[in-house]
Amino acid sequence: MGIDPRGPRFGAVITTIVLAIALVTGSGWLLLAQTVVFAIGALAGLRYAPYGLVYRALVRPRLGPPAELEAESPPRFAQGVGMMCAAIATIGFLAVSPVLGVAFTGLALIAAFLNAAFDLCLGCHMYLFIQRLRPAQ
Amino acid sequence: MGGLIVLVVVLGAATAAGLALRKRRGKFKASPAGVRPVAGRSNPADPAVLTAEELGAPLGARATLVQFSTEFCANCPPTRRMLGQVAQEHDGVELVEVDAAARLDLARRLNIYSTPTILVLGPDGAVASRASGQPRRADVLCAVDGVLEAGAP
Repeated sequence: MGIDPRGPRFGAVITTIVLAIALVTGSGWLLLAQTVVFAIGALAGLRYAPYGLVYRALVRPRLGPPAELEAESPPRFAQGVGMMCAAIATIGFLAVSPVLGVAFTGLALIAAFLNAAFDLCLGCHMYLFIQRLRPAQ
Repeated sequence: MGGLIVLVVVLGAATAAGLALRKRRGKFKASPAGVRPVAGRSNPADPAVLTAEELGAPLGARATLVQFSTEFCANCPPTRRMLGQVAQEHDGVELVEVDAAARLDLARRLNIYSTPTILVLGPDGAVASRASGQPRRADVLCAVDGVLEAGAP
């Protein structure tokens, strides 16, 4: 069982656009919406991810079947990393300080952009990095 | 206005980083020590020498491909399939896959931060070259040939 790898890539393009608008306008509410989108993909599964639904309804029928499938867990983990970043940015814009909002929106934007433009999964790389922070036994 | 400037800076930096990472992705670099002679000088205390016990799998008679993967690594399964084919096509070449998150001791010792990372070992388990990110098949063949030629009598 796998997923069409073009789905998460399409989602990254939409995410990049949304985060770019949020960065320019400083809209905490737009970031809150993006946080919810990340949360659905990470917690409920990519099958229910909103941008994935758009991809399957509008884009996939025009593309034909994928050359190969990939595992769901890496992009799903990356959605979780995105959710954490977007949640902190939302809190920053709505409650704490716009500087915090801009910083974490910027981090999420870099990750989404690298995924969309270069097919690099920064969120996936975070996994081993976080594991390595654990103290050596 | 301030937000727009931040956006341009962020996207510019991300583009530069993306181009640099893509250029290095999957390219094999020789280990500092280079390919060492076979003469049974393997020393388990050497950080750049891996033993069968450490890997939990036998080394190839002529070369071993070691792939470090994690559960959340999108490019690991296709890389493993391709390396498996290369190993099958060459006598005395084995592929060993290691879960980096389960073997943090090896990940730390070998400075592995991203997956997939591929090590090419000589017959004595010495690391001859390594690559991070999914390599092209031609680059893998080249790296394997380097070890096979060094080990040839």
